[in-house]
Amino acid sequence: MKSKFLAGPYIAWMAIFTVVPLAMVAYFAFTDNSGAFTLDNFVNASEYLPIFLRSIWYALAACVICLIVGYPVAYVIARSTVNVQRVLYLLVTLPMCMSFLLRTLALVSLVRDTGIINSFLGIFGIGPLPLIRNSGSVIMGMVYNYLPYMIMPLYTVIVKLDPRLIEAAQDLGCDNVQTFRRVVLPLSVPGIVSGITMVFVPAVSTFYISQKLGATDNIMVGDIIERQFKGSLNRNLGAAMSLILMLLVFVSIGLMNRFADDGEEVATI
Amino acid sequence: MPLSRPALGADAINQKRGRIMSKELIRLVNCRMDFDGETVLDSINIYFNDSEFLTLLGPSGCGKTTTLRIIGGFLQPTSGDVFFDGVRINDVPPHKRRVNTVFQKYALFPHLNVYENIAFGLRIAKVPAKEIDARVTEMLDIVSLRGFEKRKPDQLSGGQQQRVAIARALVNRPKVLLLDEPLGALDLRLRKDMQNELKRIQQQLGITFIYVTHDQEEALAMSDTVVVMDRGRIQQIGTPEGIYNEPKNAFVADFIGESNILDGIMRADYVVEFFGRKFRCLDKGFAKDEPVDVVIRPEDVDIVPADSGHLCGTVTSVTFKGVHYDTIVDFKGFKWLIQTTDLHQPGEYIGIKLTPDDIHVMHKSEYSGMFGDYSSYSAEYDEINDPDAVIGGEETYEEALNNEE
Ligand SMILES: Nc1ncnc2c1ncn2[C@@H]1O[C@H](COP(=O)(O)OP(=O)(O)OP(=O)(O)O)[C@@H](O)[C@H]1O
Ligand SMILES: [Mg+2]
Repeated sequence: MKSKFLAGPYIAWMAIFTVVPLAMVAYFAFTDNSGAFTLDNFVNASEYLPIFLRSIWYALAACVICLIVGYPVAYVIARSTVNVQRVLYLLVTLPMCMSFLLRTLALVSLVRDTGIINSFLGIFGIGPLPLIRNSGSVIMGMVYNYLPYMIMPLYTVIVKLDPRLIEAAQDLGCDNVQTFRRVVLPLSVPGIVSGITMVFVPAVSTFYISQKLGATDNIMVGDIIERQFKGSLNRNLGAAMSLILMLLVFVSIGLMNRFADDGEEVATI
Repeated sequence: MPLSRPALGADAINQKRGRIMSKELIRLVNCRMDFDGETVLDSINIYFNDSEFLTLLGPSGCGKTTTLRIIGGFLQPTSGDVFFDGVRINDVPPHKRRVNTVFQKYALFPHLNVYENIAFGLRIAKVPAKEIDARVTEMLDIVSLRGFEKRKPDQLSGGQQQRVAIARALVNRPKVLLLDEPLGALDLRLRKDMQNELKRIQQQLGITFIYVTHDQEEALAMSDTVVVMDRGRIQQIGTPEGIYNEPKNAFVADFIGESNILDGIMRADYVVEFFGRKFRCLDKGFAKDEPVDVVIRPEDVDIVPADSGHLCGTVTSVTFKGVHYDTIVDFKGFKWLIQTTDLHQPGEYIGIKLTPDDIHVMHKSEYSGMFGDYSSYSAEYDEINDPDAVIGGEETYEEALNNEE
């Protein structure tokens, strides 16, 4: 009884700021301008299918790159001495203290045609390289912003990994590669799953990054939705797209977790 | 005569072994291990024979696990060499050593089920699937875990996990199995069962066991050879009987079983003086009048009526221990532990009788004075008894026998 009481503020918070807005989104999604029930919004949203697919593709690419870049970083941090761990962990999480708008603008000033990198290369007569206004730059922007979300859960899992398990693997004949593949990696699966989830969810619904770093044909679902609401273009359509996006996120989280459970089994073979 | 003797070096290597074994398998030569400038192992010299059951025995922190880790290849000794089959293996990584380990806390792979944990080493060695199945099944039988194949380690009891750890190491048929307190987590009953089981497996498969424990009873019961360690040094190597009956110093005497340890002086070969009396003993080769430590085991002492005892004292306390009574007897301020099957009430004035083989004489060591109750030597004894008679000498001994009848 008491514990329920303690959760009260949170429940109230959830009710006001999550459930109510959600209900409103659902209401708008299933109504037209005049408030009458309709499914037209979803039909219209399906015209944006290519953009949905593009968003998924970008988000997946960002996930994979974050994983490949983030795993070794997390591993090195987790295997350092406690004091070094603290410093490195701080360095990884430090960028998160900065607004993500600011970070993105900083990246723009680095990579645009007249930006720092291209100016520098220009001295040697190179470039300007196409570092901006393409799908690569959008994905890079997402990696740049979301990498810490990958590193943190990976670090948490790897740091808890019992070093005796690694010794046991070596004892049973594993070289370093086999030890990694058969023990370290399978035991990192929970961290990989939550890392991917934590990168994929914000990445697939990203807006702004694509506007600043991409060309017009790199626009993502998040940008379209933003436009529907901000410009008061068609908030019913925006609401429908939001619902679809949410569904998409839920499905992919579900798939990830299924995969994670199977993954452990697969890893046994 | 220096009071502290140097650490056992080459002479320890030539200690008596339990069984006559044909072949030496592993040898540590002058191994020393420092952690952060602190010496944890000091000049460890020891060899391990093929199919020997050898136990490293010592108190917590004495360096047992460290020694195992050096053999397993997880630690490089700060100095000294490790030989396997005559080849120096200091730089050989663990996965290339023909040694498997049962770790102190099992270290089972939590993501693998029992079957896959046991099959792990065989899969790495690329053993054909059919053979893997046969060998894992055989192991499951040996450790009585048939039917548990699909369980994950966290679905097993401590004892079952321990058995998986043993099976996981044994299935690889290593030349040497290192076991670091493998029965530490088990209750007494299961512990005894597993002791028998391990001993049986070791004899059946003919694998060399290097077994770590701080339980002296376990060490004595299971081993061919016992190595007693303390403070990073080997104190004694020998058979269980040898270690028990002829401890090298006060530490070994105290650590293995119960001991009354007294100050004595070796008056001549086979004659030791303590409590102001001379006793016949079986030890020789000491310097004349060398101060020594004398060990008398509580179960060796016979309690007799006061008038026929070699020494007389007052019972101060009695504790019932099941098979016997722990009887504490005060000999003029010096307290002995005596184990008897007869009950003697506190306050009773009794005598004790010692035969030559009840008495074991040791050189003084750095441990002298740290164990036993022998600092309170009482000078009054000289007045009570005739200091010149040699107790346990033939005449006296026969007299004593006559007195008894
Ligand atoms: N990696 C390490 N760094 C520093 N000191 C260590 C390290 N490993 C062991 N020691 C120290 O070395 C000494 C011996 O340790 P070891 O683990 O060999 O003891 P042990 O005989 O196995 O004890 P126990 O019966 O408690 O397991 C201890 O004092 C321990 O603190
Ligand atoms: Mg230990």
